[in-house]
Amino acid sequence: MGKRINVQKTYKLYIDGKFPRTESGRYIKWQDPKETTLVNVCRGSRKDFRNAVVAARKAASGWSCRTAYNRGQILYRIGEILEGRREQFMTELTLQGSTKKQAEKEIDQAIERLIYYAGWADKYVQVFSRVNPVAMPYFNFSFLESVGVVAAIAPDDISLLGSVSVLAPIIVGGNTAIMLASESRPLCAITFAEVIHTSDVPAGVVNILTGQRSELLDHFSSHMDVNAVVYCGNDPEEIELVQSNSALNVKRPVIYRGQNWSDKKMQGPYHILETQETKTTWHPVGV
Amino acid sequence: MLANKSMFSQTVDQVNVQERVARLFSRSIKKESKVAALNNILSMIDLTTLEGKDSPGKVRQLCYKAAHLHNQFPDLPKVAAVCVFPPMVPVAKKALRRTGIKVASVATAFPSGMSTLAAKLEEVKAVVGAGADEVDMVISRGAFLRGEYDRVGEEIAKVKETCCEVHLKVILETGELVTLDNVRIASILAMNSGADFIKTSTGKVFPAATPPVVLIMLEAIRDFYLQTGKKIGMKPAGGISKAKLAVQYLVMVRETLGQDWLCSELFRFGASSLANDVLMQITKQFTGVYQSTNYFSLD
Repeated sequence: MGKRINVQKTYKLYIDGKFPRTESGRYIKWQDPKETTLVNVCRGSRKDFRNAVVAARKAASGWSCRTAYNRGQILYRIGEILEGRREQFMTELTLQGSTKKQAEKEIDQAIERLIYYAGWADKYVQVFSRVNPVAMPYFNFSFLESVGVVAAIAPDDISLLGSVSVLAPIIVGGNTAIMLASESRPLCAITFAEVIHTSDVPAGVVNILTGQRSELLDHFSSHMDVNAVVYCGNDPEEIELVQSNSALNVKRPVIYRGQNWSDKKMQGPYHILETQETKTTWHPVGV
Repeated sequence: MLANKSMFSQTVDQVNVQERVARLFSRSIKKESKVAALNNILSMIDLTTLEGKDSPGKVRQLCYKAAHLHNQFPDLPKVAAVCVFPPMVPVAKKALRRTGIKVASVATAFPSGMSTLAAKLEEVKAVVGAGADEVDMVISRGAFLRGEYDRVGEEIAKVKETCCEVHLKVILETGELVTLDNVRIASILAMNSGADFIKTSTGKVFPAATPPVVLIMLEAIRDFYLQTGKKIGMKPAGGISKAKLAVQYLVMVRETLGQDWLCSELFRFGASSLANDVLMQITKQFTGVYQSTNYFSLD
């Protein structure tokens, strides 16, 4: 067989279980540090984000009603599929500037983290719920519920592990998410969307956009139908913007300042709690 | 009816209609024009509740909403009317006193139209007596599809006679008329027989108002106007829940009938959830921030 023409991948957005191009028709030319490959990446717009929020809101009730056990299974499945895509992630991570060794470590950690959170799915509520002592004939207990729709700004410096570390604790707790991928390393996030897409995650539960953080941050943090915003980064001005915009509808700002995401302490049940709401119920006893 | 016989023989070019709809719907309305359109839409809404489980409480709640759409924006126009079932007319009438909002009632065995003419006229007389400002009647689709146009026309004429001065909207229930040709014939039939408005659907049959059907009806209104000089109103109803779609319909009206029809006297939307979406879009235009349904009333 003769040499055939190279078939290159188009990196699109991931909204509502589909892979559309950006409605704005804008693209960013992305080139790897060694200048061997040139890729068109969608420059997502505020309208793409708006559409993603509509999808996430629609998916929220169904996803939060899934049994914790089922959500755990699905997270585990994401881990399985990611394992099967190892080669592709190796290529993309090295293209994005990692050495082979770093890439392998990152993929291992990402899979491990997914399995880790899958395990927590049906346990965090037991561990962090409690019966409260009250001085009246009431049975008073507090337990955790998902906050709803979460907008997340993924860390810029680590793409695959960053996406996994941000998304897993959000969705394992029954939230739905819209994530803005790393601006400088966008490839892995979209390929990770393909992994999610083939892992029985219902449409709209995870939505991933690529684009410019400076352009989209304002909309991510100000949308009234978003219940929490997770920000990963170290820019004081951006953090201030996120915090003040959050006040608009009292959405919860979760700020991760310049964290090292490969650190073991960046996984744990407390990350799930960041996007959980405590609900306390009074129930009469002895009647 | 004979005077307009030529209008009955014109058939509809379906492919052309679809293309024209696609072209009109690709228009983009932004900024001040969008705000103006949204305000206009609000003033054209017939806030509707037509469910078997309707209660006086629900009708009162809807009337309150009609009069106080969104207190954060006192300059917003009120909706045009509240549309209810006949037994709810007195409740709505009382709740809307001194608001300038009209009360519309469905009648003539809504939604099926399956009843005797005498019973239908009785019902119309009752709602007019109860103080309804507008009557939304349904045509007998069975008779229409059997080709008994005269009977259908006569029915409409008799209802109009019973209505006297009260505004009559004739519901064609286009979802049951099968072809676009039938939609055109039914539109002309209704206008000839004395309809003040023609309305697409009851909202109980799927599909309800679709863009091609609305375009056909608007064109029939235009042709009727050119022949007789009478301006007949149009009301798409059912399934219009997003402001964006409503704006697109306004574009269609403007391009087919002209500026004159862009007022609540000649154009209405029959909808229950459209008002909330329009309010959300208006709020978005003012604040610059995308809104959540959490901050708007449920019904």
